[in-house]
Amino acid sequence: MTKIGLEIHCQLTNLESKLFCSCKANYREFEPNENICPVCAGMPGSLPRLNQEAVKKATMIAMALNCSTPEKIAFFRKNYFYPDLPKNFQITQLNIYGDTSVGGSGTISVGDKKIRITRIQLEEDPGRLIYEGSSSKNQITLVDYNRAGTPLVEIVTEPDFETPKEVRDFLNILSDLLKNLGVADPSLEGAMRADANVSTRGGNKVEIKNIGSFHDLEKAAHFEITRQESLHDRDIPIVQETRHWDDRRKITVSSRSKEEDLDYRYFLEGDIPWVKINPEIRTELKSKMPESISSKKERYVSKYQIPEQVADVLSSDKFYSDLFEEAHTESNAKEVANIITTELMGLEDTREKREASKLSATHLKDLSDAIQTGKVSRNSSKNALHEILKTGKSVSQIISELDLGNVSDESELLTIIDKIISDESQAVEQAKSNPQTINFLVGKVMQATKGKADPTLTLNLLKKQIGI
Amino acid sequence: MNLKISALEFVEEVKSGNITVEEFTAKTIERIDQVDDKLHAFLSVNNDAVDQARSIDKKIKSGESVGACYGMPISIKDNVCIKNSKTTCASKMLENFVAPYDATVISKLKKQDAILIGKVNMDEFAMGLSTEFSAFGPSKNPWNTEYVPGGSSGGSAVSVSAFECVASLGSDTGGSVRNPASFCSTVGYKPTYGLVSRYGLISYANSIEQIGPLTRTVKDTAFILNLIAGIDPNDNTTIDNKNEDYLEGIESGIEGKKIGIITDMIGDGIDPEVLTATKEAISKLEGLGAVCEEVSLDMVKYSVAAYYTITATEAGSNLARYDNLRYGYDFPVEGYEFNSYISKARKNLGPEVTRRMIIGGFVPSAGHTGKYFLKSMKVKSKLTKEINEVFKKFDLLIAPTVPIQPFKIGGKINDPVSLFLIDINTATANLTGKPAISIPFKIVNGLPIGIQLLANSMNDKLLLKAAYALEQTVTLPEVPI
Repeated sequence: MTKIGLEIHCQLTNLESKLFCSCKANYREFEPNENICPVCAGMPGSLPRLNQEAVKKATMIAMALNCSTPEKIAFFRKNYFYPDLPKNFQITQLNIYGDTSVGGSGTISVGDKKIRITRIQLEEDPGRLIYEGSSSKNQITLVDYNRAGTPLVEIVTEPDFETPKEVRDFLNILSDLLKNLGVADPSLEGAMRADANVSTRGGNKVEIKNIGSFHDLEKAAHFEITRQESLHDRDIPIVQETRHWDDRRKITVSSRSKEEDLDYRYFLEGDIPWVKINPEIRTELKSKMPESISSKKERYVSKYQIPEQVADVLSSDKFYSDLFEEAHTESNAKEVANIITTELMGLEDTREKREASKLSATHLKDLSDAIQTGKVSRNSSKNALHEILKTGKSVSQIISELDLGNVSDESELLTIIDKIISDESQAVEQAKSNPQTINFLVGKVMQATKGKADPTLTLNLLKKQIGI
Repeated sequence: MNLKISALEFVEEVKSGNITVEEFTAKTIERIDQVDDKLHAFLSVNNDAVDQARSIDKKIKSGESVGACYGMPISIKDNVCIKNSKTTCASKMLENFVAPYDATVISKLKKQDAILIGKVNMDEFAMGLSTEFSAFGPSKNPWNTEYVPGGSSGGSAVSVSAFECVASLGSDTGGSVRNPASFCSTVGYKPTYGLVSRYGLISYANSIEQIGPLTRTVKDTAFILNLIAGIDPNDNTTIDNKNEDYLEGIESGIEGKKIGIITDMIGDGIDPEVLTATKEAISKLEGLGAVCEEVSLDMVKYSVAAYYTITATEAGSNLARYDNLRYGYDFPVEGYEFNSYISKARKNLGPEVTRRMIIGGFVPSAGHTGKYFLKSMKVKSKLTKEINEVFKKFDLLIAPTVPIQPFKIGGKINDPVSLFLIDINTATANLTGKPAISIPFKIVNGLPIGIQLLANSMNDKLLLKAAYALEQTVTLPEVPI
């Protein structure tokens, strides 16, 4: 049996400043070593100044993952030497001397399965190492401390996953959850990293470190299971070890350093007093917590009769569910949900396209109203949507400019219908005995009007003219 | 020009126009030039001091508002960062480190128009109690230059006692302000933990240390404390003191106060002269209307062991950043792998620091923390509970600051354990976070003895009041230099 446990590091990218100083949490826009100060560069004499907002955001994550949250949290020092670590210790959290990290044990549902969360801790991200040089002999290591001190939440799970697919499903859910909470944008480069523990057939546990994206995490798990299975087939024992994920070759490589033997000499960080998470803060955070994805989905289905699959897609994407909330009314909700999930998501499938789009919630509202009142056909609305994204012009303007308005003038439609009845006499005869055939005739009318004919009116007129 | 005036007298003299800041500063620098060859209190002297003095004189003349220090020359222990100045911690490792920012206490003093006259000597990274572990050579005791001035803030105490400045800031991790104050006959004060910001103080054992003033009088200490105390957003451990005025009511006496005599600090190993001085101090306090009674703190006997375990653990972590990558001394990295580079670079740390780094790597390690570090933390918390109980009954506690008088330079340097044990009377205040002060009390055989008073947390005002009262009962000879 395969067992996989995860340690997921997620940057709180939506915060303004770093965990212990006022440098920017968004370090990505800076030249190397420009987003630093005495605190995050570990200069002598500097002290950490805890970002209380980060504590709140991390606590929200813990609450959203149904984790216990202690009344007081503490920070610890994890001591080890590494060039990306300005102080040569990392300020992090620990639960070995009592539950003092932001989140204790919790669970999250992944399909029918419950995945247990071991703990959630708040810590600082180290800097970044960049290796240059062609061979190991002339390799040089460059250090960029811009990232050092970025608030990071580590989510540790129990080894509850049995397949890489379950890992992927979990990551999708987690990623949507973090976005929905408004604490992080997991799609930013380096915003989500993970370590995985993999064991097969109850054998030794292998830790895979340094997995830089969710996409690779599934691949790494898959590779490692295959590797262990093939060793098993050849009767080669699986050693307990740390392996690194080779991002370029997409394989795991045995790590020669004895990381498992490191003694981190954890002890309490005296520079940061214990932080009380009192009931008032909890209540405040609870009230600020956005509606969870599952409750959103439930509401969409029960209140607006949106089909379950559509509700599922819509609720799990924060951007589009926010758009939906703004655009929908009691009456057009289904139509709005339909436009978003069947059309819009496809048109805006990249971040760039989404950012370039000129569409607003008002556009969506107007467009669905136009469909519902028969001003524009569903078919023509697709063209209108294209134009809205490009130009941002109002729905009524686009309908008139592109001549997308429904043909709902009876006499105009009758002329067309009469011509089709005479052209398609065979079908008309069939329609008299087989009502299904009338749909063929409706299609012909649509063809003749380039999809602009009001479908209900067309059907009624056709029936009347044929006499059925 | 009389340099031998207190901080409060200095302010009065400048305000009244009897002296100019420029004259006094120039004279102070002259004094440093004259005596510091013998004493070695200073590691660097502020070259702009006279210019700064002149501009303060200008402000005074033109009637502009002037900060409370009125150009007072203050020396600063070389582990407190002053922007664009070398801050060496008396270590080869930081020989060329120029601080990129001001410590909070420095910003506060600058704002009050203090003249930061120079950076003063210390044991390397504040580890030691004789200033012999300075990488740049020991300081000498102005009372007898063959003797140590105490430490680790030895340069601070020497500079104040030899009139090379009016006041000084030191740091006290286990007695590092009070010990040299006692050995050099100055006032030395360790505030309640959290009363003074540590931002910009280069950490040695951050959970217990405080910056504290060394001055000629208790009132001067209250004056300096007024300027540097209070909450600081850059130090999360600071406490709001509601802008307490420590000078206000300082002369109101200690009539009826209950003072506990800590018997565990006057037992085995105490110099008979120190014991006699302590008894004299007690009777003087009784003469002032205080009620003195013996009290025992059982945990004191474990305090030195706990103190060295905790400080070594924190130091091992705090000093880990000195890998010479971001700052340090000239030692190119090319051709080295990271681990071999830092272990080579760190050979530049002196013997006492190295000793504590080794201890600090061992006592909190996975297999040993239960026996050493965690046990020491238990002692710390038990000692704190114990002293809190005692303070329910007593207002103040008394003990000699150091159980012995100053010893000869080189006399104990090869016997670290006997050096460690000297901290027995001072470490308790650090481990428990309580304020403590050393008051010059007596000169015996030409060498000083200081008396220590302790108070409960945030009772700093009461402590200073009592120290002032005791100070008024003694007249001491002038330092012979």
